[in-house]
This record gives sequence, C-alpha cells and structure tokens, in this order.
Amino acid sequence: MVTGLINENPIIYPKKERRLRTDSSTTDEFTPEPIDQLEIFDHIRDIKDPEHPNTLEDLRVVTEDSVEVDDENSYVRVTFTPTVEHCSMATVIGLCVRVKLLRSLPSRYKIDIRVAPGSHATEDALNKQLNDKERVAAALENPNLVEMVDECLPSEE
Amino acid sequence: MVEPNQLTQHLETFVDITRSPTQQDDSLKAIASSLENDSLSINQLVREMEMYLTTTDNLVRARGILLLAEILDCLKAKPLNDTIVHTLVGFFTEKLADWRAVRGALVGCLALMKRKDVAGVVTDIDAQAMAKSMIQNVQVQALALHERKLGFELLECLLQQHSEAIATMGNLLVYATCEAIDGEKDPQCLMIVFHVIELLAQLFPSPSGPLASDASDLFEVIGCYFPLHFTHTKDDEANIRREDLSRGLLLAISSTPFFEPYAIPLLLEKLSSSLPVAKVDSLKCLKDCAMKYGVDRMKKHYGGLWSALKDTFYSSTGTHLSFAPESLTSPGFEMNEIHREAVSLLQMLVKQDISFLGFVVDDIGINMVFDTISRYSQYKEMPDTSKLEVLVISQILSVSAKASVQSCNIIFQAIFSRLMNTLGIVEKTSIGDVVQNGNSTVSTSLYHGGLHLCIELLAASKDLSLGFEESSPTPGYAQESWFSMVKSFSVPLIQVFTSAVLSSNDDSVTDVYFGVKGLLTMGMFWGGSSPISRSEFEKILMTLTSIITAKSGKTVVWELALKALVCIGSFIDRYHESDKAMSYMSIVIDNLVSLACSSHCGLSYQMILEATSEVCSTGPKYVEKMVQGLEEAFCSSLSDFYVNGNFKSIDNCSQLLGCLTNKLLPSVAEIDGLEKLLVHFAISMWNQIETSGVFSCDFNGREFVEAAMTTMRQVVGIALVDSQNSIIQKAYSVVSSSTLPAMESIPLTFVALEGLQRDLSSRDELILSLFASVIIVASPAASIPDAKSLVHLLLVSLLKGYIPAAQALGSMVNKLGSGSGGTNTSRECSLEEACAIIFHADFASGKKISSNGSTKIIGSETTLSNICLGYCGSLDLQTRTITGLAWIGKGLLMRGYERVNEIALVLVECLKSTNYSGHALHPSAMKHAADAFSTLMSDSEVCLNRKFNAVIRPLYKQRFFSAIVPILESLIMNSQTPLSRTMLHVALAHVISNVPVTVILDNTKKLQPLILEGLSVLSLDSVEKETLFSLLLVLSGTLTDTKGQQSTGDNAHIIIECLIRLTSYPHLMVVRETAIQCLVTLLELPHRRIYPFRREVLQAIEKSLDDPKRRVREEAIRCRQAWASITSTSNPP
Repeated sequence: MVTGLINENPIIYPKKERRLRTDSSTTDEFTPEPIDQLEIFDHIRDIKDPEHPNTLEDLRVVTEDSVEVDDENSYVRVTFTPTVEHCSMATVIGLCVRVKLLRSLPSRYKIDIRVAPGSHATEDALNKQLNDKERVAAALENPNLVEMVDECLPSEE
Repeated sequence: MVEPNQLTQHLETFVDITRSPTQQDDSLKAIASSLENDSLSINQLVREMEMYLTTTDNLVRARGILLLAEILDCLKAKPLNDTIVHTLVGFFTEKLADWRAVRGALVGCLALMKRKDVAGVVTDIDAQAMAKSMIQNVQVQALALHERKLGFELLECLLQQHSEAIATMGNLLVYATCEAIDGEKDPQCLMIVFHVIELLAQLFPSPSGPLASDASDLFEVIGCYFPLHFTHTKDDEANIRREDLSRGLLLAISSTPFFEPYAIPLLLEKLSSSLPVAKVDSLKCLKDCAMKYGVDRMKKHYGGLWSALKDTFYSSTGTHLSFAPESLTSPGFEMNEIHREAVSLLQMLVKQDISFLGFVVDDIGINMVFDTISRYSQYKEMPDTSKLEVLVISQILSVSAKASVQSCNIIFQAIFSRLMNTLGIVEKTSIGDVVQNGNSTVSTSLYHGGLHLCIELLAASKDLSLGFEESSPTPGYAQESWFSMVKSFSVPLIQVFTSAVLSSNDDSVTDVYFGVKGLLTMGMFWGGSSPISRSEFEKILMTLTSIITAKSGKTVVWELALKALVCIGSFIDRYHESDKAMSYMSIVIDNLVSLACSSHCGLSYQMILEATSEVCSTGPKYVEKMVQGLEEAFCSSLSDFYVNGNFKSIDNCSQLLGCLTNKLLPSVAEIDGLEKLLVHFAISMWNQIETSGVFSCDFNGREFVEAAMTTMRQVVGIALVDSQNSIIQKAYSVVSSSTLPAMESIPLTFVALEGLQRDLSSRDELILSLFASVIIVASPAASIPDAKSLVHLLLVSLLKGYIPAAQALGSMVNKLGSGSGGTNTSRECSLEEACAIIFHADFASGKKISSNGSTKIIGSETTLSNICLGYCGSLDLQTRTITGLAWIGKGLLMRGYERVNEIALVLVECLKSTNYSGHALHPSAMKHAADAFSTLMSDSEVCLNRKFNAVIRPLYKQRFFSAIVPILESLIMNSQTPLSRTMLHVALAHVISNVPVTVILDNTKKLQPLILEGLSVLSLDSVEKETLFSLLLVLSGTLTDTKGQQSTGDNAHIIIECLIRLTSYPHLMVVRETAIQCLVTLLELPHRRIYPFRREVLQAIEKSLDDPKRRVREEAIRCRQAWASITSTSNPP
C-alpha cells in the first residue's frame, strides 16, 4: 500500500439535486419502467472514494452522463474519470463500480467499465484489467481487496 | 428515629467515596428525613458531624461539608431559628476560603440563600459577608464546570435578593464579576452570566456609579461573545438552544446605556459581516439598544446606522417582483429574516426620533428614483439595478411613513405631489372634470415603478390609520397633511388604477396587477372619515365586480380581482364598517348571487359559484344571502330541467350542490344560524322535488343524484334532532305522495319477489335515494314515522337492487330502539319488530351460531335466506339479496345485536361447496357472499359511521372475529371444491384484515398458517389482488412482533416459500414490493432458522432484480444484499 494520499486535496463539487421521478408510470400498474441512465447512476453515485470520505459523485468521478445503458440489449457502460492521472486507486474505484453493479443489476447485463479517454496514465492496461472476467474474479477472492471494496460501497440500511 | 450509631453509619457511607452514588444518596435522604420530622435537630447533627467538618483529611472534610450543605438544600422549607441560620451562614462563608471544600461551601451558601421567607432567611449583613468572602476567596474561572455554575448562581442570588446590601461593595463587585466571567465557555453558565450582567446594570444605574466607570472592561468581557456562535443542536442535559443564548446576550448588551460607546460600533461592524446570523443578531440587538439607550446617546450614531441599514436593505432585497394574486396584500417580493429585522429597526428608529428621517430623506437620492421611474414604463424593461433601487426605496419610504403621523406627513410632503406629476396625475376636485380628462391622463403609458412606489405609500398611510384605530378610538388624522393629499388625489388615482385594470397592452398582467393592487389599497382606508368617499369606494367595488362578471375565461385578471374583493370583504368584516358593508352587499354580493341564480351569462357556472362562495365567505350576513340565493338557483334550475328538459340546468344543480357541500358545510360551526339556513335549503330541495311532477325526458343524471345525496347526508348530519325531524317529516310526505308506497303492497313471498325488476321511474329513484340518505344519517333520537311500512318499502327496494335502500335499512336497524324501554322514538316499531319483518317472522327460531365449528343445518325457512341460497328467484335477485343482507348485518353487528349471527350463518352457508340444499351456489353469488364479509367488517364512508350517528358498540369487530373465524377455519379444513375454498379464504381475509392488529398478534400461532394458505390460494387469481395485499400486510405485521416470533420461526419454511411466490405476483406491484420487504424482515429470525433458505431466496431475488417496476428492483437489491451477507460463519447459531 502507498503511504500518504495520492490526491491530497481533491476538488469537491456541489451535488446535483436528486431528481425525483414524477412520471405517471408509477401510478399505472402494468407499464414497465425500463432500467435507465439515472437508475444506474443512482446505484453508483454514493460509492465512497477509497481515500476520501466523499462520494464518487462529489468528486465527479462519475456523472449521470457517464453512464450509457441499453436495456433491450442488456448492456451498460460506465466511463469514470479518476481525479488525478496517475491515480493508483483507479482500479479500486473501477472494481467498486463493477461490484456494485453486479449486485444491483439482473444477470442478463453485460457490464463494461472504462476510464475516460486521456484521464489516466495507464488507460489501456486499466481498461483491460477492469473488463477481464478472470482477473476480476481473482481480485474478488482476495479478502483484503474485498474488504476494501465493501468499505467503499454505501451500506444499505 | 435515627439511632446515634445509625447516624454515624449514614455519615460514614456518605463520606466514604468508595461507596456507590445510590448508597450515598440514600443515607443523605435518611438524615434529611429524620431532620424533617424533628427526630434529629440541626444542633445534634452538627455536633455529631464535628469531626467530619473540621478534620484535616481534605477528602473527608470536603465530603462532610458537602453533606451538611446537601442536607440544608433538602430543608429549604423547614423553619429554622435565626441563630442557627446565622451560624450556618458564618460557617459556609468561612469555608468559601477552603478551596478543597469549595463545592460544599457553594452548595451550602446557595441552599441558605434560597430559603423560604417563613423558614428563617439570611440577613443583609450575612449576605454582605458572604459576597465579600466569595469575591476574595473564590476564583470562579479556576473551578470545574459544576462549581462554576454554582458560583454564578450564588452571585445571581446575591444580586437578586440582597442587592442593596452588596451595592455598597461598588467597584469591587463589578471588578470581581468581570474576573469571574472572563473566558467562560459553557452555555449553561453563560445563561446565568448574561443575567448577572443585567442585574448589575439594574443595581448601578447612576452615571457616576461603579458600573459607569468600569463599563468598558465589562463590555470587553461580554462583547466578545457577539455574534453568538453555537452549533449544538440538542444538548442532552440542559437543552439550551442558540436562540436562548443569543436572547440572553442581547439583553445583557442592551442592559445599560453605559455600554453605548462600545456596543454600537461593534454591532455596526458585525452588521456588515457576510454571516446571515450575525446580521440578524446585530439588527435585533441594535433595535433593543436604541430603545434602551435613548435618543440622546443614539443620535451621534445616526449616520453610521443609516448607511449600514441602507446597505442591509440593498443586499437583502431580491429583484423578483411577484404578480400573483397571493402577493396583493404583501410587498410582493420575498422577505428573509434579515430584511424583516431591518424593517423593524428602521421603523423603530423613525418612530423614536423623527430627526432620523432627515438622514433617510436626504440620502436616498429622490431625484434619481424619479428619473428611473419616468425612464422605464414597464417593470420588466428595467435593468436589475433600477429594479432594486425602486423596490428598496419604496420599501424604505413606506416603512418610514408607517412609523408615525409626523414621518408620514414629511414623506408625503416630500414626494407625493411630485410622484403624482411624474405619473401624470393631475389634482382634480370636481368629478365632472375628471370624467373628461380621465382618458387623457391614462392615454400615456403607465409607469410601473411609480405605481409601485405610489401603492406602497398609500398602503403605508392606510396601515398607519388602521394602527390609530387600535390605540385610540377617535382618529384625528383628518387634519394631517398626508390625509388631505390622498384625499385630493383620490379621484384621479382611482381613475388611473381603473384604467390600468382595464388595460389591454402586451404586458397587461403587470398593468392589471398594479391596478387591482391600487384599487384594493384605496378600498381599505378605514372609517367614516376615510380620504376615499363612499361613491369612490363603490366605484372601486363596481370595477372589480365587473371584471368578475365579464364574459371572459378564468384569467389571472379574474383571479386578482376576486382576491381583491375577498380582501376588501374581510377588511370590512374585521373593522365592522357598516357603511361599507352596505355598499359591499348591494354591489358585490347581490350582483354575484343574482348571477348564480340566473345562470344565463357567458361565464361558466363553476366560476360563478367559486366567486360567489369566496366572496360570501367573508361575512356571516353574506353567507346567509348566498344560501338563500343558491336555494333559489337550485329550485329554478331544477324546474327548468323538468319543464324544458335543459340538461345544462341539471349540471348546474350538481355543481351548486357540490359548492354547498365543499365550501359552506365545513364552516358551519363558525357561523351562527347557518345550520337553520341549510336545513331550510334541504327542505326546499324536497319541496322542489315534490312539485316537479314527472320528468319530461329521460333522466340519467347519475351525477346529480350523487351530489344531491351527498348534500342531503351532510346537511342532515349537522342538523339538530328537531331539524332532522322536520326534514324526515317532509321527506316522508314526499315519499308517500309518490308511487313508491305501491311497493309496500308487494308481499314478501317468492312468487311476488321473483317478478321484481329494477323498474322505478327516475323521479322515484331520486326520491328513494334522497330518502335513504336522510334515514342513513338521522340520529337515533330522531323519530321516523310509520317505520314498519318504511322497513317494508326499503326491503323491497333492496331486493330490486337499490344499494342506498340497503344502507338505509342497515342504518335503521342500527338505530331503532329495542323493546319498549328504548330511548327511541319510533314508538310504533321496535328493533324486534323490524327484524321480524326483515327475517319474516318464522326465522326467529333460527339456531345460534355454533362456535365449535361444526356445520349445523339451519332448519327454519325464511324468504331472505332461501333467496340467498338460491332456492328460488334469479341469480340477479340472489346477489342483490346477499349484498342487502350484508348491509343489514352491518347495522346489527355494530350495535352488537345477536341476530347478526343468523345473517352470518346464511352468508357462510352460501360459501359452502355443499350447503343443505345439496348443491353449490353460482360462482358469482358466492363471490358476493364472500365480499359481504368486507361490507360487514370494514368502515364505510357513506353510512354507518360515527359522523352519521351510528350506534357503535365497543369491540364489535373483535367479537365478530372470535365468533366467525373458527367456523370459517373448520369449513376451510373440510371444504372439497376449490371454488368454495377460495371463497372461504376471501371471506376470512376480509375478516382478518379489518380487525385491529393486536387481535391478530394475540392469535398469531393459530392464524399464521391460515393466512399463509389464504395468500397462496388468493395469489392464483388477479380478481382478489386488493384482498391479497391487505392480507399480506397483516402477515408482515405478525412477522416481527415478539408475540409471533416463535410461530414465525416454526413456520419459516412455508412463509419463505409463500413470500418467494409473491415476489413474482404479476398483478399488483405493491404485493411484490411488500413480499420482498417481508423477506428482509425475516432476517431478524435466529440465524439457524433462516440460513438454510439463503440459496433459495437469493435465486428468487435474482429474478426480482429484473422486475419491470423500479421500486421493486430497489427493494430487491436491498434484500439481496441483506441475504447475501449472512454467511455460514458470520453469525453462528
């Protein structure tokens, strides 16, 4: 583990107002509500940054627009932006997002996690690592890593 | 009696610090009580304690002194002789010097100081000695929190009770207080400290006194707390809030004028801070200080004060001016707390000293404002800075004008004429002149800024004159110059406002807003000597009324005018202006009410009704007028309908009744005599229907019948018994004159009943429905004529399928007196007789309900039960009878009459797969019978509730529950056909979900399996989804309750299986959601019970993650996470 913080003084952005869903579909019993961008974003916005007490939303690591979702084809892609280019925490953040989505989405979904182009020094390696099934599975068998991920995920009350 | 050795024991216990606090407390109480009942004297005690009080062991001495002090604290009300008190005071005063025992000494001194008058008190000389010793020996800031608090309390006590004695200490006292306070940080202590400062200020008011000379030191000590920063939201022990502290500090700062040279500059500086709390506190404090310090001292700060105030006004005002109807009576922009405090400070300053106004008027740059005003005609055209300027200056001027007559005069003299000139308003006195020039003055565009300023000023002078009225009954402001100015300009002003109201240019909403607001302000000048003459006032009313009645849609203009009229109406009512009330009545009320009667204008009837009811609600007299008007309108509309077949009229009638029920009935308690009017209205409804003869065309106004029924129910509901009787009489006579009584001749036999059709004429149906409404609501004390034949009539109508008739019959049997001794009224018909008619006499021998669950055959033949069981008649008749029976049963059930059991048995019989006729009922009839249990058990909105005077026996639901559940249960066990089983479960679900939850919890063990079975049976069908949901809610209630825990654990297997099935219930989202929530709840069960199901649950929840509904998905994620995190190791059994 590194000593000292990688980004000691991150910029904290104001939170976006939680958009309340006001569409009438909630009153109608049989209209389906497909999984959409905001819903995915709601899942991941409250993930805590591994080294700060702030959420990924606070630090603008993820935004609503960084989520692409195609419910019909069961595909979701999250593009996140690490706060600094050489951030070694990027893998952990990516892992957190993946785990959170794995737990929240039906199994038919294919989840694609990417670093925003040009936002990280080892972008390609990172993308490869985050989307390699076996490496992810291996990572999740590492108790230290799992503990770290669990700490970052918001606890459901 | 405390034995000497026992006393020693108590003393030892208290002194020994190794004992527990409760033990020490007990011994303290024991000693105190023996002193209280005189079994021990103080002298004895002190002698006994001598060793503890004088020993050189510091710990023991401290505890000993504390014990004596605590004992005295318990004896505050016990009379002691003066010598003893004196000696004790001497002792504790001396002990103040003993720093190790200072706590005991402080407690002792306080206890002595707080003694009651009759019980021997501390003398002035002793108090002085105590104060001296305190000042010399006690270093308050060196003590711990609790001792500090005691020290301050002692100081407070001394200042309060012996102020004269210790005043002689002069400078020493002030100096010592400074020292004691300096650096205090605890909120509880600070509360006392602030009070101590106040007391000190009262003690030394003289300008040559010690406080005057040390004011700077003292202020330095307390000034540093300002503005108070305190973020604790809740303090566990003391519960001190920021407001209390800040109020205390404020009182301390404003307590003496000697603080003035230090306080005012500090407050002005803090006012310029960017912290909102600091601003608010400074403004509040400045206001208090200005009041207490006096004009002479404040005068030299006026310059600074004014500029700080001006800045505050500018920074706290927004530029958004609202033109909505709600802002007609307010300045129209948002006011935050800073702004409100600034307003009240400015007003106070001007009121206190008129010379402050000089700064205001000199400084605000009137020329600039006039320039701005005349440059932009439209408000929205102005740049933000100009908007701000106009708003702030209008506000400042109006606030200052409102402060006093003098200031009002000065401001009006300074700007009013000029403002009028700018607006192009020329002073006119003769009316003829104005009419000619009226158009020319308005042909130029209106200046919104100027109008705003003008309206603000007028509103200020109006408020000023109203304020007068409250303080002195004879207003002398007619001679004031502002008054004559308003008076001389009133005619052209009203002209301008009127033309603004009628304006039709692009931005007409703003024009109209200003116009209406102006007229409203002019219309609210108070009194006979108002600057607005009566004819002008009437002109205002006419303009506003004409907007309401104009043939336009529901526009903003319309709403504004209506709101203005309502404001004027309430104003007249509040200030009892009889002259104006007359004008209001003749111009506004009469006009609108006649409009409501005619119904032949371009306006939609809904709007007329809204306007009329809003305006009329401003005064009781108007309400009277309105009810009369509506009555007339109702009658004419109804007759228009049946004579000319005008369907629009019947719509109007429904709307009118709706207005009556929704707008007027809620206020019946507030207005005297409204009840009588409404009863009169109800009777004329009957009259009108009576004379209506035959409807000329087919009548299908379901909506009208509903509205009429609701109105009738509500009116009868609020009426007194006498009035109810007269309505019932009237209704009865109408019923008798109709063709309805013919039905009474129908005998209650199969042959006769079989031929029944729904064949009432629409008029009869209306009469029947209304009559049923009356009966439903009538109080048990009201008398119902000819009850027997009415029962017969209602019974036949019920069999014809009229639900209101069934409800009325239920209400009747609910309220009829039983036997001869009843308090009730229907002398000719008792409950028994009514039942005899209903059950057809020979049913009387029916079997009691059997509680052992065996299915007994009901031997007796009754018409109703036979129809229910399908021996005769059509299916239609059968279902109607079952529904009707349910309502009758409900009436009986609520009063706790046992014959309800007969009905219940018939209903149960209907549900059996083989009843004693040997065959099952038609599915539809069965469904009706099952739903009848819902009717029986649930609370109804339309009848048989508390509001409608039902007789309700306590715990009736519980009784029925315990009688019927065993029967249903045993039937379910033995039932063969699936249909019958389902229906029995539906019935059971209705019973279970309507009974109070505690009853369920008492029987969880027995009920849970039944509920679970019910859930799985009901989940097969979408028809019963609502029933299923309420049953599921009952289940979820039983899961967590401690009483049900055991049974839940035992049934965990079935429960989880059942819940998992419900997570995919397709027909109702809330069912899925609740089922998932229940699964989460189950995790509270012991680990070994639930762990085996982990896999199963996770698999099922996986599917719910893909649920079409978002709320279900959210619950599923939560549930999945919760179940996934129980692992085989985390929570061993």
